[in-house]
Amino acid sequence: MKHLVILLLMLLSSAVVVLGQNPQSTVEDPAIEKRLHNLSQELRCLVCQNETLADSRADLAVDLRNQIREQMKAGKTDKEIIAFLTARYGDFVLYRPPVRPTTYLLWFGPFVLLLVGLVFLFRYVRQRRELIVDRPLSDDERRRAEELLEEQPHKETA
Amino acid sequence: MSRYLIPLAIFIVLVVFLAIGLTRDPHLVPSPLINKPAPAFQLPQLKDPAKSFSAQEMRGKVWLLNVWASWCLPCREEHELLVKLSMTRLVPIYGLNYKNERDEALAWLREFGDPYVVVASDLDGRVGIEYGVYGVPETYLIDRDGVIRFKQIGPLTPDIIKDTILPMVKDISK
Repeated sequence: MKHLVILLLMLLSSAVVVLGQNPQSTVEDPAIEKRLHNLSQELRCLVCQNETLADSRADLAVDLRNQIREQMKAGKTDKEIIAFLTARYGDFVLYRPPVRPTTYLLWFGPFVLLLVGLVFLFRYVRQRRELIVDRPLSDDERRRAEELLEEQPHKETA
Repeated sequence: MSRYLIPLAIFIVLVVFLAIGLTRDPHLVPSPLINKPAPAFQLPQLKDPAKSFSAQEMRGKVWLLNVWASWCLPCREEHELLVKLSMTRLVPIYGLNYKNERDEALAWLREFGDPYVVVASDLDGRVGIEYGVYGVPETYLIDRDGVIRFKQIGPLTPDIIKDTILPMVKDISK
């Protein structure tokens, strides 16, 4: 019995710990929490780089979320907060890189490739059309074709 | 023959790009703070919390700011180097103790040696955020005008100190 009580207490305390770490477990202003969640979904956690700031439980991510929350409460716009973060951590924190000369290739490269592909496809198709020469069937071939066509229903019934 | 040449060329270019990509460390994020003024801060000193330390009072000096914590294993790795570097007196090393209990930090310095002129306590990691810290240890080289000239993310190595930091210190101390 005593063991059971201890076990139960341990389970309860671990549940409390887990709750304490939950990124969304705050009794804060729901509007700000929603904004925070939306914004931090766009941001990269620098510690575990393939996680968003919203999902990460890294210490730094918690700190950064708190910082963002504070700035939101202070009336900063999302743009200002993003500027704050990129000034310190660089564009790398953004999952959506800004459009600027160094990222032109990244943003427009796929469209350029598509365009090049289309040009090649167009030229290829046109070339093919020129390669096709009309060649009427000879009498022999025509007769054979008719024979084959007539044979068809026979085969099906057989 | 030539119909295979173009795909082959594209393939080779792709392989070269990917091969270069493999040699790079995705964890090294280029810091936007290079050649920008070091963020100002004022924090209590680790060894004497009644006193404070601010980055502003370092104007006119070339110095290293080393971000560390006793819970950080790579910090231990580089610590010996810092102790050695401090003994050469080529550049003063200041510490930023990042999110660390005071007792633990002090015990750590007692055990492994103290290369720091002053250690500032950044208990809640706020100054760390100002400096774009995301993986301790990190080390900043700051010049006389308070501009960050170099940032090392991760532990220092003898080569980085010898080939990068010391020549830069010499250069900006002129």
